Amino acid sequence: MVALEKEGANIVFGLPGGANLPIYDELYKSNIRHILVRHEQSASHMADGFGRVSRRPGVCFATSGPGATNIVTGIATAQADSAPMVAITGQVPTKMIGKDAFQESDIIGITTPIVKYAFQPMNASEIPEVVKKAFYISATGRPGPVLIDIPKDVQQNEADMVFPSEVKIRGYHPWVDPDLGKIERAIEMLLSSERPVILAGGGVIISGAFAELQSLAEMLMIPVVTTFKGKGAFPENHPLSLGPIGMHGHAEANKIMVEADCVLACGSRFSDRSVGTFEEFERNLKIIHMDVDPAEIGKNQTTHIAVVGDIKASLRIMVKMLIQKAVKREGDNLWLKRVNETRDYFRENLKLHPHPLGAAKVLRKLREVLPAQSIVTTEVGQHQMWASLFFDVIHPGTFFSSTGLGTMGWGFPAAIGAKAAKPDVPVVDIAGEGSFNMTENSLAVSVLDDLPVIVFLLNNFSLGMVAQWQRTFYDRRMIGIDLKNCPDYVKLAESYGAQGIRAENLDEIGKAVQMALKSNVATVIDIPIDPQEDVLPFVAPGTPLKDMILPS
Amino acid sequence: MWSIISVLVENKPGVLFKVTNLFRSRNYNIDSISVGVTENPEFSRMTITTSADERQLNQIIKQLEKMIDTVEVKLLDEKKSIYRELVLMKIKISKPSDIMEITDLANAFKCNVHDVRKSSIVVEITATPDRINAFEELVREYGILEITRTGICALERGVGN
Repeated sequence: MVALEKEGANIVFGLPGGANLPIYDELYKSNIRHILVRHEQSASHMADGFGRVSRRPGVCFATSGPGATNIVTGIATAQADSAPMVAITGQVPTKMIGKDAFQESDIIGITTPIVKYAFQPMNASEIPEVVKKAFYISATGRPGPVLIDIPKDVQQNEADMVFPSEVKIRGYHPWVDPDLGKIERAIEMLLSSERPVILAGGGVIISGAFAELQSLAEMLMIPVVTTFKGKGAFPENHPLSLGPIGMHGHAEANKIMVEADCVLACGSRFSDRSVGTFEEFERNLKIIHMDVDPAEIGKNQTTHIAVVGDIKASLRIMVKMLIQKAVKREGDNLWLKRVNETRDYFRENLKLHPHPLGAAKVLRKLREVLPAQSIVTTEVGQHQMWASLFFDVIHPGTFFSSTGLGTMGWGFPAAIGAKAAKPDVPVVDIAGEGSFNMTENSLAVSVLDDLPVIVFLLNNFSLGMVAQWQRTFYDRRMIGIDLKNCPDYVKLAESYGAQGIRAENLDEIGKAVQMALKSNVATVIDIPIDPQEDVLPFVAPGTPLKDMILPS
Repeated sequence: MWSIISVLVENKPGVLFKVTNLFRSRNYNIDSISVGVTENPEFSRMTITTSADERQLNQIIKQLEKMIDTVEVKLLDEKKSIYRELVLMKIKISKPSDIMEITDLANAFKCNVHDVRKSSIVVEITATPDRINAFEELVREYGILEITRTGICALERGVGN
């Protein structure tokens, strides 16, 4: 506990059990706030949400065996989205390890492929150094989850504790100074290209390089697209913003990305969901790739110039060089004219779903009522992609989603974790009922631990994204998607002591959000939408961005 | 492209699992792997041989470097390295003259001969994979009963670190 406190951890999310009781007994004596979850998976998502928002590791506790395996999904989610997290599990006593003891699971073996690192201290005296290293590894470089699995006897033993003020790990070098020569060449390449684009990925948000990115874009008058994870790295109401590219990217963003001749990719791993097909994406495109993780360079795309290092540091150097060289580009060039025309065309002509509660109308209403600095999380499915399409992020770094692993049920507990990190800011989980079902028992946590968040529930009574794929790719053979309006989400919320509101038109939605913003408890706003609405535009899996399907 | 990668790792439990699991999870291929402690007991050296195209090889090296328990990753140049594999081969003896013939071959390849029996002979060969294959080719007609190989171990020529 002392080691945790020394790392600045003042809150943990967890659930006690036989093998971590000694840890909880110490927690009892400490000043660290404990948030009791109803399922360990939610503890890991809360720690993840806390970590992404505060940009320091969120901490979760689970007991051995099933407690530990329950957080596996949360760990994999954090790893896929490079979120800082320290998970501490209890383990059976050292003498029992390998004996198939009650509630024993080899959690180190299970999680090794999905953690940044895993520790199993076998002596109490190792704990301070292990905790220090865990936080250091989790938060630095490309962040990620770190597991500490502590056998019960190691938790109980007393030892002389030495708390190191610094740790060094021979094989770990998270800080690389960006190569100035390469940044200089990158500037030349950007300036000599006719149709440049900046692609902002999640790395911009993780490193908090918002101001640097905006300066760069404005100095060179280069349009900015983002990946889905990078959504909100750049204000989406900015004249140079085109929004996310990808499978459900903005039509204008995909169109301009395809027409570009040079891209500056900042903290993006070129996921298949973002680029469509690797081969087609890099055709006729010069790629400048900035990333903190050298292993991302050349993994999915051929890179022309690679700048390894922290995105914020790299962009800052780039902006400085531009100032020194007094380089600016005017905004009246042909390319920007083309960009603006494309955006205007799609904004005016893209057909929206005609239903009175079409996703675009509902989410634009939410944007209208919600303060700009509010934090938004999402679940996974159609509502998530609609949020990407129709909910503009104005304040950079306020939008979070399970983008890599695509974990249904992530958004709600992550929102609670986000609220714990920033209690003064409204937090909204844009949800679908299929996902919300998976972790809805966190309503108890939200109510009892005074972490009120808003669940903005786009309810189409079905697993909407699966339904859309069955309509599109499986000749309307609908199976396994009907959720039959069960449960009643208003009553469900009320049964937990939360506020439940059903909003059946835009006006009611606006009022419900206003009420929720004033509420001291969690609010679930149940919005019945049209189960037939598809997410469009759509780039089908395995096809290039240029083959985007538009609404007809 | 056949390549030899030399990886210096922390000598502690679980590291071999992590390295092999990295190859499995990213769909890389391991032809052979050999592991042993180095002159400094804190480190082990792994020699991994793999068949990969240039892009994949690049990724293998970067992913290995990314691992926190790896201290140094080197792609070895075959011409500037010494690399050997040890193979034990049990060969069938059908007629008495086979023993002499196989022993002669073994001498030509600087092999040691062990466990000479009426019906079988064990040859120990330490050589490059090419030479081992050549030897195997030559003794195949006698009938190879069993083979065990250590995997390649390799060291850069010259003063090194």
